[in-house]
Amino acid sequence: MSELAAPARPRAEAAPAALRRVAIVPARDEEACIARVIREIALVDPDLQVVVVDDGSSDRTAEVAAEAGAIVLRLPFNLGIGGAVQTGFRYALEGDFDLAVRLDGDGQHDPGELAALIAPVVAGEADIVVGSRFAGTTGYRVPLARRAGIRLFARVVSLLVRQRLTDTTSGFQAVNRRGIALFAADYPHDYPEVEATVMVFKHKLRLCEVPVRMRERTGGTSSITAFSSVYYMVKVLLAIFIALFRRNVVVR
Amino acid sequence: MTPLRISIAAAAASVLLLLVVLELIRSRRLRERYALLWLLTGLVLLALSLWRGGLNTIAGWFGTGYPPAVLFAVATLFILVVLLHYSTVISKLADQNALLAQKLALLEQRLEGERRPRSGR
Repeated sequence: MSELAAPARPRAEAAPAALRRVAIVPARDEEACIARVIREIALVDPDLQVVVVDDGSSDRTAEVAAEAGAIVLRLPFNLGIGGAVQTGFRYALEGDFDLAVRLDGDGQHDPGELAALIAPVVAGEADIVVGSRFAGTTGYRVPLARRAGIRLFARVVSLLVRQRLTDTTSGFQAVNRRGIALFAADYPHDYPEVEATVMVFKHKLRLCEVPVRMRERTGGTSSITAFSSVYYMVKVLLAIFIALFRRNVVVR
Repeated sequence: MTPLRISIAAAAASVLLLLVVLELIRSRRLRERYALLWLLTGLVLLALSLWRGGLNTIAGWFGTGYPPAVLFAVATLFILVVLLHYSTVISKLADQNALLAQKLALLEQRLEGERRPRSGR
């Protein structure tokens, strides 16, 4: 066997063929990166159904994604990241999928990490797995201000859910049927991952983190600007505390 | 100086407002996004009604000898801001609603066309 014959990326062998799995990729104005993201996912795991949720893009994101072989859900206007992701989970629920992974459309989540991400779900050890940039020595660099924000959220949420978490803002996640049902029924809005973590805890689902490498953005712009970061900080902190006392949704 | 009773009544009203808003969020009848302005309103009014010396000073700047007037003015200002904010929210909702209705009409027409493909001939 020559080294050259080996596939360029490790395949997600952790997933048994019987598991029906879907990749939810929220994208807004990502025509530059979306095709590569879809092709990379297909390369890693050809049986992973890729669903791109086009969150009111003004460019050719939807067309490019469809040409690359993804199923495209086109939202008629911008719902924000939370609404877009929830659309994907609703698709997963209606399509009766066993496992859903979430990757961002900008290419910062490396599909090569998918095998590690879904392993705890496949093994039945967790209902939701979060790919953390800071759980291991992955050397991911983020601007100082944003790192401070990420740290603050991680600290606060860790205290509330009584479990040490390092990255509560990561959108690189894998969930099982229970997670799909919960997120399809209720998903937070503007900056959803932090609040979703508290929600998962309240509904007594098991969450774990695995260290992943993430890449720098390859195109487009981040949805978080300096101007709005203070507003988000206040809003998310408020949402976290409210989420603790909020009534649970009924998950069918 | 503001009469003590007015300070107490204003503080109580602010606390009530804060509690109602928090309960509305908790019971999922109000999104955080639309609650922030109300919470800010409640906090500012609460601060002004408790910090009676400050209210006096501000009243002095505006040359009114009746400090509670500042309380009313601030409350009115916040209500105006909230209303204006809601007007923009409603406008956006109306636009989105129209878009949804149009999309739905187009979809329905397409489904009808699939069901009876040769009805026109």
